[in-house]
Amino acid sequence: MTVRVGVVQFPGTNCERDVVWAVEHLGAAADLLWHGDADLGGADAVVLPGGFAHGDYLRTGAIARFSPVMAAVADFAAGGGPVLGICNGFQVLTEAGLLPGALQKNAGLKFLCCDSELRVDSTDSVLTNRAIAGQILRVPINHFEGNYVCDAATLDRLRAEDRIVLRYVDNPNGSLDDIAGICNEGRNVVGLMPHPERACESLLGSEDGAVLLRAFLAAAVAVPSA
Amino acid sequence: MARFEVRVDVQHLPGISDPAGATVERALPALGYENVSQVTIGKVIRLVVEGEEADAVRAEVDEMCRRLLANPVIEAYTIDVGSVQPA
Repeated sequence: MTVRVGVVQFPGTNCERDVVWAVEHLGAAADLLWHGDADLGGADAVVLPGGFAHGDYLRTGAIARFSPVMAAVADFAAGGGPVLGICNGFQVLTEAGLLPGALQKNAGLKFLCCDSELRVDSTDSVLTNRAIAGQILRVPINHFEGNYVCDAATLDRLRAEDRIVLRYVDNPNGSLDDIAGICNEGRNVVGLMPHPERACESLLGSEDGAVLLRAFLAAAVAVPSA
Repeated sequence: MARFEVRVDVQHLPGISDPAGATVERALPALGYENVSQVTIGKVIRLVVEGEEADAVRAEVDEMCRRLLANPVIEAYTIDVGSVQPA
């Protein structure tokens, strides 16, 4: 059976077709899910893609967390289903409380659109379990609010539980502890600011994102359909 | 029922970086203002809330802040329940 990935589209999302392309390029199927949907349409995995959900008004992700589909995403995550938040999707996951912390304006107050080098610091997550610890991946970033913050107790816990899965080699945005991506306690919900879906084809400069997305698709196989 | 004018002031929690405030703080000395420090940039949200009395309105707005208007991970807020609009 082909793995089916649900790609959630909020008003203002703009990277959903990149994710659909990458998922299909890697041999799985993808369905767009509208934010007003009450269920995930039987998806085996869910991606919250990048963009500006609900215009990013108030705070990034703040309104999106109340979209009807988010209750289904939370249930799916609680049941162990693989959930990936990329860029704005990461911001939505933190606002929804599915991942700790928050994402602030970049320290340099510049919108950053460039390649970044990421170091795989934990291979124990649905996104990184096919990478090698310490492996350097070249994946682009494209954000204004990617500066990860959390309180000291949360940071201690993330470190102690090996939940900081990706760190920037050269911190571009002021993120606490160079954090580029983290996972939840169950290691099935991962959020990251860089865009692995844009690094799955050598023509686009890097295929390193495929290392991450292949792991995510493989994790979907292991979970019964929602 | 009365219509209360409410003002919510949202600021970064102490210790949370405020790059916009820091940038303004660095810019002011360039204009000759050398005596400025601790610049923070937050948000003001104004709303009109119908309710019976000010305390109940304040409690309801506090709940709105916790659920939506502020993110307690990075922000603190104060609520000012002001005058009643004429009917």
